[in-house]
Amino acid sequence: MTGTTHLRGRRGALWLGKFARLVLTVAVTFFGLLLVTFLIGRIVPVDPVLAVVGDRAPKSVYDRVYIELGLDKPLWEQFWMYLQKVFTGDFGISFLSKRPIVDDIARVFPATLELATVGIIIGTVVGVPAGIWAAVRQGKWPDQLVRVLGLVGYSAPIFWLGLLGLLVFYAKLHWVAGPGRIDIAYEYAFTPKTGLILWDTAMQGQWGAFANAFSHIILPASLLGYFSMAYISRMTRSFMLAELAQEYVTTARVKGVPEWRIVWVHALRNAAVPLVTVIALSYAGLLEGSVLTETVFAWPGLGQYLTNSLQNADMNAVLGGTLVIGAIFVGLNLLSDLLYNVLDPRVRRRA
Amino acid sequence: MSTRAWLLSDHPTSRRQARLGQSYRTWLALRGNWLAMVGLAIVLALVLVAVFAPWLAPYDPVVGKDLNTSRLLPPLSPGHLLGTDDLARDILSRLIYGTRLTLMVVALVAVIATPIGLLVGTTAGYFGGWVDTVLMRFTDVVLAFPRLILALAFVAALGPGIENAIIAIAITSWPPYARLARAETLTIRDSDFIAATRLQGASSTRIIWKHVVPLCMSSVIVRVTLDMAGIILTAAGLGFLGLGAQPPQPEWGAMIAGGRRFLIDQWWVATMPGIAIFIVSLGFNLLGDGLRDVLDPKGRK
Repeated sequence: MTGTTHLRGRRGALWLGKFARLVLTVAVTFFGLLLVTFLIGRIVPVDPVLAVVGDRAPKSVYDRVYIELGLDKPLWEQFWMYLQKVFTGDFGISFLSKRPIVDDIARVFPATLELATVGIIIGTVVGVPAGIWAAVRQGKWPDQLVRVLGLVGYSAPIFWLGLLGLLVFYAKLHWVAGPGRIDIAYEYAFTPKTGLILWDTAMQGQWGAFANAFSHIILPASLLGYFSMAYISRMTRSFMLAELAQEYVTTARVKGVPEWRIVWVHALRNAAVPLVTVIALSYAGLLEGSVLTETVFAWPGLGQYLTNSLQNADMNAVLGGTLVIGAIFVGLNLLSDLLYNVLDPRVRRRA
Repeated sequence: MSTRAWLLSDHPTSRRQARLGQSYRTWLALRGNWLAMVGLAIVLALVLVAVFAPWLAPYDPVVGKDLNTSRLLPPLSPGHLLGTDDLARDILSRLIYGTRLTLMVVALVAVIATPIGLLVGTTAGYFGGWVDTVLMRFTDVVLAFPRLILALAFVAALGPGIENAIIAIAITSWPPYARLARAETLTIRDSDFIAATRLQGASSTRIIWKHVVPLCMSSVIVRVTLDMAGIILTAAGLGFLGLGAQPPQPEWGAMIAGGRRFLIDQWWVATMPGIAIFIVSLGFNLLGDGLRDVLDPKGRK
């Protein structure tokens, strides 16, 4: 009795130590993210004062803004000011929209979230069975097919496939709706609450608007899903191959367990743990793909906001967007790490 | 004794023979993988086309013909195999000259990023301790950004253009090489030959450059080859967003962006450069996969 509590206590302490180390790692990484974005902001050839006051401002105004922006202070002090601002949620004002960047990002983020989520669902639902199929038929044509589809996904430029998709499925076949999130006719058919159009329309029973939004999202989301599928199916295949070579699989076969049960229940359950981390990582990867996809599909999300700001030299917005995407990326990496620890009892015990 | 027998000899009599024999065996293994051979053929074709571009291209890549008669001609028009774009320029000629830009981006990124990765990784692995901690933390921070996003931010700061795009891609490419080089260094750091060299009084710099780096090279080179497709796609993405090569340069990503306006009626203007990007990055992927199978027995299943 005392032995088990003692053990549990020690394990708890180990867990705590591990957790503390993780928190420290994340803190250092975030600090690094801030430093990198700050330094990028400092090498810009655009004069930040001129961007605020315009090039016809008198010398006195220029000097006042110069001091207000803290540009007369040493670099480390400027960085300290930047840190303070970021921690109070102040990324500055966008030159383009004249609004705080935090508000802008909060406005565009749900669109990206919706797109990436539908994308990862498609990628998982197709990618995991495809990988299992390839592993079970290793070396046969299904394996080759999955491999070739993956290679195409790794080699084709996503923006080009997006354009081709628009050309074929929207312009020629009229199967899906075109760029944008929803037709203007439906834009006021529902009250936006979460910013996730599919969710809002479904909750309010506006099925016409839902169908329209769905036909807008399906093409870009399938495209993103295809790219994550390439990665997910490849990893599923190798995890499943490793599991199917294990002795418990042989035992199950000797016992006469049906093959489908061995594959879909026994092996898949063991392969599922590393798979969850792979899916979390490719969810993060979709953020990257969304920059180009959103540009092609005029999808009003974070990616399009970032490229718009870039093309208009709106540096505050670019750095704010970069920082937010970097932070989400780190967060998802951390999440996949934690999930791995929580889900796999072997790792838990080793900790 | 035939050359082949000399190369495959089990008892090489000189260092040169052993080294050449090893390369020959690698080549034989690679030759057995027909997909890798297809990849190699594509990459070689890319290099040849880039070298002989002025002789291969039927027209000038930048100056178009008569805007009244030769604008947006469809593929297979007389004299224009792949058609012309909105400025009456021959698309095939632009694609042929575009190989030079693609090759330049890939080569320069490899030349800039590989040494940085090797230097950071081997230094961190060799010295260990706080040097390792600091360098690897820094590497992790750069890795924490999605690559395209960080490259975008750098290009935004440096200003658009192909040189800046190359710098930005190189800055975002080295961290995986550093990690790999560090892992390799850790496995050989404590071996006897390193200790022997140190006892002879070799400096750390000498040990790293002369003894550690050469041993890390092969795995890093495989990794760089595998990354080439990603580099091409990132460069094309930057070009597409108008942040890479600037018009009228015949860069493939920028060409797709240029053809976007005519997508529905003149599909070939945007489609052709995409096919070119696809073929070239497929070639690098196939070659890299093959090289990994041959040079890295651990990755073989």
